[in-house]
Amino acid sequence: MFITYLRRELVNRRKQTIIIAVGMALAIALVIIVNSVAAGVKDAQTAVLGSVYGVGTDITISKAAAAPGANGTAGPGQRFDFGPGAGSTAAGTTAVASSRLTAGRSTATFDAASLGTVTGEAGVSAAAGVLSLNNTTFDGKLPDVNRTEQGSDRAQTGDGSAPTDGPGGTGGSSFNINSFTVLGLDPSESAVGPLSSVTLTDGRTLASDDTGTDVAVLDSAYATTAGLSVGGTIDIGGTSFQIVGLVESSSGDATTASNVYIPLDVAQNLSGESGKISSIYVQATSSDDIATLKTSLEAALPDNTVSTQSDLASSVSGSLSTASTLVGNLGTWLSIIVLAAAFLIAILFTISGVTRRTREFGTLKAIGWSNRRIVGQIAGESVVQGLLGGIAGVAIGLVGVLVVNLVAPTLTASASGRVGGGFAGRGIEAAGGPGAAGGRFGQAAHAAATSDVVLNAPVTVSVILIAVALALAGGLLAGAVGGWRASRLRPAEALRSVA
Amino acid sequence: MYQLTHVTKSYSGSKNTVTALKDVTLTIPKGQMVAIQGPTGGGKSTLLQMLGALDRPTSGEVVLGDSTLSKLGDTKLARIRAREIGFVFQGFNLIPTLSALENVETALAPLGLSNEERTSRASAALESVSLGERMRHLPAELSGGQQQRVAIARAIVKNPEVLLADEPTGSLDEDTRDEIMELLEGIWREKQLTLIIVTHDSAVAKRAERRLHIKNGTVKEL
Ligand SMILES: Nc1ncnc2c1ncn2[C@@H]1O[C@H](COP(=O)(O)OP(=O)(O)OP(=O)(O)O)[C@@H](O)[C@H]1O
Ligand SMILES: [Mg+2]
Repeated sequence: MFITYLRRELVNRRKQTIIIAVGMALAIALVIIVNSVAAGVKDAQTAVLGSVYGVGTDITISKAAAAPGANGTAGPGQRFDFGPGAGSTAAGTTAVASSRLTAGRSTATFDAASLGTVTGEAGVSAAAGVLSLNNTTFDGKLPDVNRTEQGSDRAQTGDGSAPTDGPGGTGGSSFNINSFTVLGLDPSESAVGPLSSVTLTDGRTLASDDTGTDVAVLDSAYATTAGLSVGGTIDIGGTSFQIVGLVESSSGDATTASNVYIPLDVAQNLSGESGKISSIYVQATSSDDIATLKTSLEAALPDNTVSTQSDLASSVSGSLSTASTLVGNLGTWLSIIVLAAAFLIAILFTISGVTRRTREFGTLKAIGWSNRRIVGQIAGESVVQGLLGGIAGVAIGLVGVLVVNLVAPTLTASASGRVGGGFAGRGIEAAGGPGAAGGRFGQAAHAAATSDVVLNAPVTVSVILIAVALALAGGLLAGAVGGWRASRLRPAEALRSVA
Repeated sequence: MYQLTHVTKSYSGSKNTVTALKDVTLTIPKGQMVAIQGPTGGGKSTLLQMLGALDRPTSGEVVLGDSTLSKLGDTKLARIRAREIGFVFQGFNLIPTLSALENVETALAPLGLSNEERTSRASAALESVSLGERMRHLPAELSGGQQQRVAIARAIVKNPEVLLADEPTGSLDEDTRDEIMELLEGIWREKQLTLIIVTHDSAVAKRAERRLHIKNGTVKEL
């Protein structure tokens, strides 16, 4: 009887069924799309973080940079000194070049002994210390000092960086400041750290016996830009390094954490940071107690900053971050609003249906139907309407997710790293051609690990189950409200004369 | 058998209170056929609600057989309506989305019968009102007289103690009216149930064993 009556009502009152189901379907579809896009954005964030901090890194430990000048620990400024006779002079200009390796300015270094403290903590499965450095190269041509002095006094009104007006078309200066990031890491540690998440594209990666040798592995994107390849050499801090391998990020088009990777001890010696590191990468034994591990690490290393993956997620910026905010805020609110509207439509239509069927339910009560049976009947109708909407919504939602995945929007993300922080690539270029006015300074690109991540929205069974459960809940809610209305009808309504 | 003692029913509205039944004391023996007449607004339907366990009196006592209807809760009243009382309405009150057979089956739904038994009893009831051919039709596909026959089948399919009818011929033309009255009388005679019919129509009332007249909530024997 229940099934027969239910079926007859749904089929014969098709309009109400369709309206309730369509409302529910749209809401459910939106929930599924928003949910899977959000999951996709989260995956993309994880991928970007993975490329910067290494897959499997649960916690990173760093130290905030001290204010410049405070107790004199801050590294020397970007200063290049050329004594008299430096460089080679030809045709009135002097060519000079110098390269300097210094600790990254966004982080401070700390004692490598901290690594032992970290490894000793319970819950740490692996840890690796790295030293994040910046190599800055200055090379260029300076006007011949003697000839400039013989010329116009006007040359001396310049601020010393570039003559505003070269005398008689000769004696202009042109120089480049190039900088790239260098990461010193333990060549024997491969389980955790920035090089644990990369793919080797050429040559080999660093190995245990590279300790103490001048070998370097390059980010392949950087190598392409700088015109370097395996077998060649790269000048780091005035020392020539053999390029032994090229690596790229395992996650899509992302760049890796640093431009150049060299053995830790070499990096320490060359930068004058003996026995110092700037970050520790920590892998936890269990992903469940990362918060506990963070607390105990903070207690063990009170002077350091301990960050978990989720702390780091907030450092991802760019359109990926915008997408994340969009999905997180707008998407969630939109789903809530549309879901609420669908629930409201279901409730209002159910109530109006009950009102329209007052005499019908009064009659059923008069011939002996209990309140429970009537409420059950109404709830059954609403639940089926909700479920029909839910199933249609899942179908629409899956099509929507498919469309998102076919379009596959590309998001740009930059994880401004505490670790990889520094200049990448472009550097500063100043050129004062003969007669040209002033020097032109290029914008310093301050972005470590900028990645283009293709958004891929995954659909999980649990999202579908949640969506169907929401549709069911909407149906139940509408049925409960409608049933409550019907249960308050007097059976004597059946005797009301026909309108 | 019905036993009503000092039954009063008032409806309190926002402004004034209407007393639809005033101190009604009445006995209706089992198996009697009673016609209730009276002017509109006199209280006929209200009395039928008391007899049909649809509502409780404001004061006084209503007893049907062993049950004191005026003291029972909603669930127990629903059970008594399901087992002992058959109702026929002026407007037929069939469920528009259900077929004739399914409409009759609704009366058996609360009794917890198997599907087969429910269907076979419902179709037997429809046969007994000469609608065996129309079982699959929707109410809208039936004439007024046929719809009332379906409603009568729905009322008697449970083999009730009493059959209550509120102006069962009120919406029908004269020929159909006689047909329905003959059907009801036939059922009353055959099943020996108590039949109480509210009617405006003296021709209908004349066929009853006993006639009551209600005016301003007061019952008089005719
Ligand atoms: N639910 C109600 N609320 C308020 N007043 C009511 C209600 N039901 C009935 N009444 C009033 O009680 C009185 C008796 O009504 P009742 O329906 O019993 O009359 P009736 O004799 O059946 O009339 P009719 O021949 O028109 O059907 C009327 O004055 C009516 O307005
Ligand atoms: Mg009436």
